[in-house]
Amino acid sequence: MVWIRFILIQNRAGKTRLAKWYMQFDDDEKQKLIEEVHAVVTVRDAKHTNFVEFRNFKIIYRRYAGLYFCICVDVNDNNLAYLEAIHNFVEVLNEYFHNVCELDLVFNFYKVYTVVDEMFLAGEIRETSQTKVLKQLLMLQSLE
Amino acid sequence: MPAVSKGDGMRGLAVFISDIRNCKSKEAEIKRINKELANIRSKFKGDKALDGYSKKKYVCKLLFIFLLGHDIDFGHMEAVNLLSSNKYTEKQIGYLFISVLVNSNSELIRLINNAIKNDLASRNPTFMCLALHCIANVGSREMGEAFAADIPRILVAGDSMDSVKQSAALCLLRLYKASPDLVPMGEWTARVVHLLNDQHMGVVTAAVSLITCLCKKNPDDFKTCISLAVSRLSRIVSSASTDLQDYTYYFVPAPWLSVKLLRLLQCYPPPEDAAVKGRLVECLETVLNKAQEPPKSKKVQHSNAKNAILFETISLIIHYDSEPNLLVRACNQLGQFLQHRETNLRYLALESMCTLASSEFSHEAVKTHIDTVINALKTERDVSVRQRAADLLYAMCDRSNAKQIVSEMLRYLETADYAIREEIVLKVAILAEKYAVDYSWYVDTILNLIRIAGDYVSEEVWYRVLQIVTNRDDVQGYAAKTVFEALQAPACHENMVKVGGYILGEFGNLIAGDPRSSPPVQFSLLHSKFHLCSVATRALLLSTYIKFINLFPETKATIQGVLRAGSQLRNADVELQQRAVEYLTLSSVASTDVLATVLEEMPPFPERESSILAKLKRKKGPGAASALDDGRRDPSSNDINGGVEPTPSTVSTPSPSADLLGLRAAPPPAAPPASAGAGNLLVDVFDGPAAQPSLGPTPEEAFLSELEPPAPESPMALLADPAPAADPGPEDIGPPIPEADELLNKFVCKNNGVLFENQLLQIGVKSEFRQNLGRMYLFYGNKTSVQFQNFSPTVVHPGDLQTHILSLAVQTKRVAAQVDGGAQVQQVLNIECLRDFLTPPLLSVRFRYGGAPQALTLKLPVTINKFFQPTEMAAQDFFQRWKQLSLPQQEAQKIFKANHPMDAEVTKAKLLGFGSALLDNVDPNPENFVGAGIIQTKALQVGCLLRLEPNAQAQMYRLTLRTSKESVSRHLCELLAQQF
Repeated sequence: MVWIRFILIQNRAGKTRLAKWYMQFDDDEKQKLIEEVHAVVTVRDAKHTNFVEFRNFKIIYRRYAGLYFCICVDVNDNNLAYLEAIHNFVEVLNEYFHNVCELDLVFNFYKVYTVVDEMFLAGEIRETSQTKVLKQLLMLQSLE
Repeated sequence: MPAVSKGDGMRGLAVFISDIRNCKSKEAEIKRINKELANIRSKFKGDKALDGYSKKKYVCKLLFIFLLGHDIDFGHMEAVNLLSSNKYTEKQIGYLFISVLVNSNSELIRLINNAIKNDLASRNPTFMCLALHCIANVGSREMGEAFAADIPRILVAGDSMDSVKQSAALCLLRLYKASPDLVPMGEWTARVVHLLNDQHMGVVTAAVSLITCLCKKNPDDFKTCISLAVSRLSRIVSSASTDLQDYTYYFVPAPWLSVKLLRLLQCYPPPEDAAVKGRLVECLETVLNKAQEPPKSKKVQHSNAKNAILFETISLIIHYDSEPNLLVRACNQLGQFLQHRETNLRYLALESMCTLASSEFSHEAVKTHIDTVINALKTERDVSVRQRAADLLYAMCDRSNAKQIVSEMLRYLETADYAIREEIVLKVAILAEKYAVDYSWYVDTILNLIRIAGDYVSEEVWYRVLQIVTNRDDVQGYAAKTVFEALQAPACHENMVKVGGYILGEFGNLIAGDPRSSPPVQFSLLHSKFHLCSVATRALLLSTYIKFINLFPETKATIQGVLRAGSQLRNADVELQQRAVEYLTLSSVASTDVLATVLEEMPPFPERESSILAKLKRKKGPGAASALDDGRRDPSSNDINGGVEPTPSTVSTPSPSADLLGLRAAPPPAAPPASAGAGNLLVDVFDGPAAQPSLGPTPEEAFLSELEPPAPESPMALLADPAPAADPGPEDIGPPIPEADELLNKFVCKNNGVLFENQLLQIGVKSEFRQNLGRMYLFYGNKTSVQFQNFSPTVVHPGDLQTHILSLAVQTKRVAAQVDGGAQVQQVLNIECLRDFLTPPLLSVRFRYGGAPQALTLKLPVTINKFFQPTEMAAQDFFQRWKQLSLPQQEAQKIFKANHPMDAEVTKAKLLGFGSALLDNVDPNPENFVGAGIIQTKALQVGCLLRLEPNAQAQMYRLTLRTSKESVSRHLCELLAQQF
């Protein structure tokens, strides 16, 4: 069965800015995965593919300034669909935080989770329309 | 559009995060965190009831602290309290804390479930979604038990909001994945399928995922989804790029939904209903047509979204494998991508074409791209792309292009990345075997493999060439001639010696007529390699020698002389010693007739699946088996033992290749129970230490079992060893990994550090040496979360190859056979240096990780200089001794270029680390370094003097060593020269 195993946002130094797990891992394992992903992804240059085999899975990743957005999926899943799902997510963050930067993700970490849950749930893509997601976020923002 | 300011709403949180970010050190951070924890704890414990805002703020701070990697052991109750707040922001933080921090068996689960129940019943869509997201994120069985029945109701209720339906669909999906038994199928399933018709595309997007998951286990219940999915897909694919508004992404209508629908269809065979099928084929054609249209945008997002659909469409076409026209069109489209400037597209095209190659309809079309793929193999910068190119060449190979592909892969092997060499070797071996028309080409190819990448040629590969040569008498003469020529290379790989030794032992007589390869020449050629080989190979060669005595009586005296030599009869290795003793006796006591019977040519091997293919399958995992299975394409061709017309003698054995994984080697030929008489006597003569007489009623079979490929479960079969399988004997140790020397070099001047590390395992070393004794601690760390099983590190000292005298005694204790995920085990080695030695001991580590056997061999960082005892002396003494050691063979000198910056302090540190004393005021030139020491071994002491002369201008060094022993001088000189 195909679904996202985890989503990670890390900076180049390896600091995690978001970790969303869709599989049960214990804390040590999570830490290990975070380190391994960082090691695997940061050594690749721009001429390389945006895909990298990872254990029995693969990582689809995209770099935005100093941040790596990584999605771990099954090896036979659709690479380009997830690559653009990352971009779609980043465009939503960019609108929501008005030119998003790394610090926005640090100070508003609890809101980033809300954005993720609107777009990805249970390891599946939940909503892809930027308009709809932003409308919903705006509505939530107005609530007390 | 909304813009969120920094940490709006919770000033205290923003201040705290700023404080943490401003901490200059880890200690400062911990201090700040502890202060905050104390503060929060006191607030939570205080008499004054906290208001919702403060509670939210503190819980959020705790969450932040947890996400920084610190343990949080309180605050859970406050978080649960937040769940029952009627303010969204407070509820949200409560649910977030629960989702991230509360594990499934928490005692709080009942309270949490209660709050979720209330929210689900609240009819407030925002609260309902929060509750559903929490269930989806935690996904525990307890939650499943509590809510699995409610959620389908919410999902199909007429009055549920769209966003609630989306969340409910995926929430149900999560519960179903975690515990399918808790989600009862019912009348709701039919209504779920109809969500594919929902007006809201977001609902459809979520519902397709759920249906895809459910239909895998209950295909019949969900069959109606096919026509609904096709019509939905058709509407999307044929819509104009602006029709779908919100769901159009860079001019591509609903790309993710399209991909999901195409994946759903891959759960089923092609639609039976002609109208539905017609409509679907139309969709697929439209997608292929659109790929040819000029792009509507230059943005990569546009082409990625479009191609995501295209690749999924091609997957579906391959899945159906019934529309030749579409398959060929798909192949042509991928062919265009092979030369695209986007690396991603080239990679995906290679990957996708690999599956197309296995369809009989598109195989030929794939083959037309061979030149492009070969070029990719040579020029791609990304190793993963090269890997895909190699995969594709393998997949597209057939009889017509095998020679070209094999020769290209061989050429690639010379420069290939270490990571994929073994796999390429296996692939070349399989292709050469499968498509061999003339077997001389096959033999040439395998010998080339050994020449180019001997270290990566596993046992399976060279066993296989022996089986094939044994079974095909038309190639035996050629094989003998070719190995004979190959062995004449001054440096040939040990695997070549093994193959050569075996083949000449069997078929050397076929080339003995030529005076250039007369029996004595063959023997001396083989014997010239003997001393440089490992124990396993030497054992094999001894068997060759005894076979020579039978084949060529004129070599008997020479060979008996060799067997009789002290280095054989008293060899420290019990296997070698036993073979020498037994073969010598056999050759002396047995009559010619008996010899001829015992040492007869090997009978043909029974047919079986190629052991190499089995190995590749194991390597790639079961998923790869179908890609490798070429049955669909060319049902007439089997593996070589079947594909080749069997020789009359092998015909009777039925092929056991039904054992698809090939995990078992063929059973030994049906053996009648051992009968009394001469047979038994011979068995005794031949049996290895642990051979079972019942398996070897005749000597041939004892021989056979020796050389038969060992079954993977019992790596001991090659050379029977009394030790249990978990503890492989020395013969069983693979060659050291390619980096072993480099790793060893790092430890020449130091005793502690990380010896080896990969994704699974880290091996650390701590050691100390005094006089001729040493103690070493090895630390094996399991870097994964999965337990290693059958973990067994073994240390073997191959011994000084020239002398066969035990020079190092290494005592080890066994370690636990299981290493838990994240755990570390320690092994202590006690080392005694008996006499000077050149080669370091080998450390072989084997274990099973997730069922797959892992093995690696390293060189243990024990070099002769570890037993140095520094000696201080005055200039006068030094020069006097220097002069005493003036025989040419006592001195070793090297002039070499500096590999590192020439820093005097670093050099000093290295020389001290090397073990000798550094003597000041000895050399008239202060730039030079002079050292002295004594190598301590049990048998003797070797005095050493050294002098290192840096030449900063030329960036060169001259290193001179003088010791009382030639081999020690040379060896120390080599070891030390690599350090600068």
